[in-house]
Amino acid sequence: MRYEPVIGLEVHAQLQTRTKLFCGCRTTFGLDPNTQTCPVCLGLPGALPVINEKAVELAIRTGLALHCTIRRLNRFARKNYFYPDLPKGYQISQYEEPICEHGWLEVSVNGTWKRVRIRRAHLEEDAGKTIHMEHVTSSLVDLNRAGTPLLEIVTEPDLQSSEEVVAYLKALRDILRYLDVCDGNMEQGSLRCEPNLSLRPVGSSQLGTKVELKNINSFKFVKDAIDYEIARQTRVLEEGGTIQQETRLWDWDRGKTVVMRGKEEAHDYRYFPDPDLVPVHVSEDWIAQVEATLPELPQARQRRLMTQYGLPEYDASVLTSERALADYFEACVALFPDAKTVSHFVMGELLREVKQTGGSVEASPVTPAHLAELLKLVESGVISLKVARELFPELYATGKSPAQVVEEKGLQQISDEGMLRSWIEEVLRTNPNQVAQYCRGKETVLGFFVGQVMKASGGKANPQKVNELLRQVLAAWKEA
Amino acid sequence: MSLVKLTLRELQERFTRGEVSAFEIVRAYYLRISLVEAKVKAYVTVNDKETVFAEAQALDKELKAWRKTLPLMAMPVAIKDNICTAGMRTTCGSRMLEGYVPPYDATVVQALRAQRCVIIGKTNLDEFAMGSSTEHSAFGPTRNPWKLSHVPGGSSGGSAAAVAADECVAALGSDTGGSIRQPAACCGVVGLKPTYGRVSRYGLVAFASSLDQIGPITKDVMDAAILLNILAGRDPRDSTSADVPVPDFTRAFKKKDVKKLKIGVPVEYFGEGLDAEVREAVQAALEVLEQLGGELQEVSLPHTNVAVATYYLLATAEASSNLARYDGVKYGLRSKHHQDLLEMYCRTRQEGFGPEVKRRIMLGTFALSRGYYEAYYAKAQAVRTLITQDFDTAFQSVDFLITPVMPTPAFRLGEKLDDPLQMYLADIYTLSASLAGIPAIAIPCGFSRQGLPIGIQFMGRPFEEETILRAARAYELATQWRQKRPPIREK
Repeated sequence: MRYEPVIGLEVHAQLQTRTKLFCGCRTTFGLDPNTQTCPVCLGLPGALPVINEKAVELAIRTGLALHCTIRRLNRFARKNYFYPDLPKGYQISQYEEPICEHGWLEVSVNGTWKRVRIRRAHLEEDAGKTIHMEHVTSSLVDLNRAGTPLLEIVTEPDLQSSEEVVAYLKALRDILRYLDVCDGNMEQGSLRCEPNLSLRPVGSSQLGTKVELKNINSFKFVKDAIDYEIARQTRVLEEGGTIQQETRLWDWDRGKTVVMRGKEEAHDYRYFPDPDLVPVHVSEDWIAQVEATLPELPQARQRRLMTQYGLPEYDASVLTSERALADYFEACVALFPDAKTVSHFVMGELLREVKQTGGSVEASPVTPAHLAELLKLVESGVISLKVARELFPELYATGKSPAQVVEEKGLQQISDEGMLRSWIEEVLRTNPNQVAQYCRGKETVLGFFVGQVMKASGGKANPQKVNELLRQVLAAWKEA
Repeated sequence: MSLVKLTLRELQERFTRGEVSAFEIVRAYYLRISLVEAKVKAYVTVNDKETVFAEAQALDKELKAWRKTLPLMAMPVAIKDNICTAGMRTTCGSRMLEGYVPPYDATVVQALRAQRCVIIGKTNLDEFAMGSSTEHSAFGPTRNPWKLSHVPGGSSGGSAAAVAADECVAALGSDTGGSIRQPAACCGVVGLKPTYGRVSRYGLVAFASSLDQIGPITKDVMDAAILLNILAGRDPRDSTSADVPVPDFTRAFKKKDVKKLKIGVPVEYFGEGLDAEVREAVQAALEVLEQLGGELQEVSLPHTNVAVATYYLLATAEASSNLARYDGVKYGLRSKHHQDLLEMYCRTRQEGFGPEVKRRIMLGTFALSRGYYEAYYAKAQAVRTLITQDFDTAFQSVDFLITPVMPTPAFRLGEKLDDPLQMYLADIYTLSASLAGIPAIAIPCGFSRQGLPIGIQFMGRPFEEETILRAARAYELATQWRQKRPPIREK
């Protein structure tokens, strides 16, 4: 029997708010343990939560971008369980009434578009971190992260391969970044993904027993873990076994999934409405306001770049993978309308420098105006394309204006006819044999003359102009 | 007359006129505490005498230059020990928090400090405010100043006893199902539970968040209004605090009668189980109110009989979650006897919580469990709505309601300790106002033959504390119950 995987995804996206979900503590990453805390996020007796409206706004923003219905009356629930990094003994979350529901996201897999349904997205607070130390029996708890706002985005079980999962995750990450909702950093844990996966015989419409996967913190691990799990479950079923409903951890070191807890150890979270919070009303006006500030999303922008600028699909998809990159491209094209040339420089020179220096497109020292200026120097013949390429790293390193650098280094091409003519005449005079060959019809010596003129000019002569003038002068000599 | 016998209003007037200094006030109260506290045991912690004396002297010195006083300035107020006080331990009457010193003040404590009020001590309570007798305190029971063999009621028994025994001029309590009103009745003082949302809960250690309210326990109704003026108001740190205008509550006393007011008498509150002496006292009070111009009208609150069940499902469910944070990880007790995390949790909670708290955590955990949620928690929420609607209906035809506070006067220590159900029934007349979130005030209306105080309860529409304050004050002025003092002997 052949099996097909059925995969659903839970993604936790850390929202980019300045402060935590229910208190005024900062959300800054990587500070000294327990320094970003207050009575509320420490769970001190008597402290009470107050909702951060910005987090609600970011949830609405995401929901609208994912074509979700936005709930008007939002209640929060308590999810009760004991863990040292959960200071109140419960997590404030949304349970039966998520803020976003019934959305979808289209992803492109091997050239075909697939619609993945979004079941729900809800707001909740993050827990702290428990740090287990080697050779020590006790553990340490850091509550800096406790109370950081998360949006949990849950799909329907619409995915069928690790490729589809990765494509969905990347598309989702691009959107979250475009929206300025989440920085999408999987390694730092600001985007976390928990797939649940089951197999069923090809053609069957019934779902098999599902396994939840945890501890996946890169796109590579997503793919590896899912591929491993599909293979493992297939093997179990083929050997006549049954799949246990359980939660498994991805052990990237050993390249396999291991059991974390079985069904019988599953928690009863005893959800109930949090009596410390009043429902958050999301008005029609609020939704309209948020909608008005939505940026053009990656897929729509990709399509527009193709039609508006005639870019190939590959270029358009690279340029729209990051909002800042597409912004850069369009800002530059506005000043220098040769889109193809701009696209080549952005994808080639700019991305290379950004990657090598570990910088960001937004902070590029070569601004879109600089790049346009550089390309204009090429277009007007002041410098050659080759010089422009060679100059880029220096421009990136110094942030100086291209015209200024060309000027300082004397890189301008010489196109002055009088200058060029004097060099040409000098070259022809000193090489009478070659001139004679040319006059006899051997046109290939023209290249030799160009080379000599370039040499005489110290490489600054405009080669096109030299070519043009050489033919004129030689024709005149031939006649004489 | 000794300073400690004065009401807050009277003491405040003397202080404002410069007839008595802050130092003289605090000295008188510390003297009183030294003479009666050993018998009453109202306090878990009495504030450090030297510190308080020094602060009072500093205040007196400042006032020489700047003779402007505030309504609670220099007034020695006691605070129930489940309300956080920065730098002063807040135990909740529990071993779990025996040495816990909060790093922050509750919003109400901030408001008191801004008044330059003297926080004289933290009063005893049933552990985490769970109980009706103050016997469930890990630090021993408080006694009723009227009869030391009897309980002061609970859970704010320490606050009520401290006010009755003149160990403070006024106190703060918290009320979840009657914990301000019931001990006030037991101790012959005034206890006001404001409308849910009227007073900030920030810094009140949560028992049942949807029911908890802080309120004043005072020597008379005037004092309750003066304190409520300071406590009430929207607090941005408490999402459930109401954005409703706060009047000057003492203006309610301009009218010294209840003319043109319709008084509802709910039949369900005068049925079986009501002690004959209590019934007589309340009925006599109704006659006084009629003489004061009120129009009595019988009303029905048909869901009264399910209030106890509803309350004990909702309050325990919330408590089971609210008390999860006491796990030995961050603060409070951590059991020394553990090998691993699970054992640390179990032992800490086993050693830290008393039997009543454990009972309620288990009840609440059960009510929220998968498979039982609908039948218990969700059903109780639905019934709570019905109980609220009962009041809405009643308040369409009457302005306020009159009921007993408690079925009997205060009972003996130990009498109901082994019978949780009997203990729960002590709150039968106070639970409904908590469930409906409406304001209610308990004031004295007589004494039993044994010499124990009997209380009467006024319940009003949400955010209409003024109506019940006016009526209660009119009744208080028309009667002389306030004049009688507990027979406790100074030693």
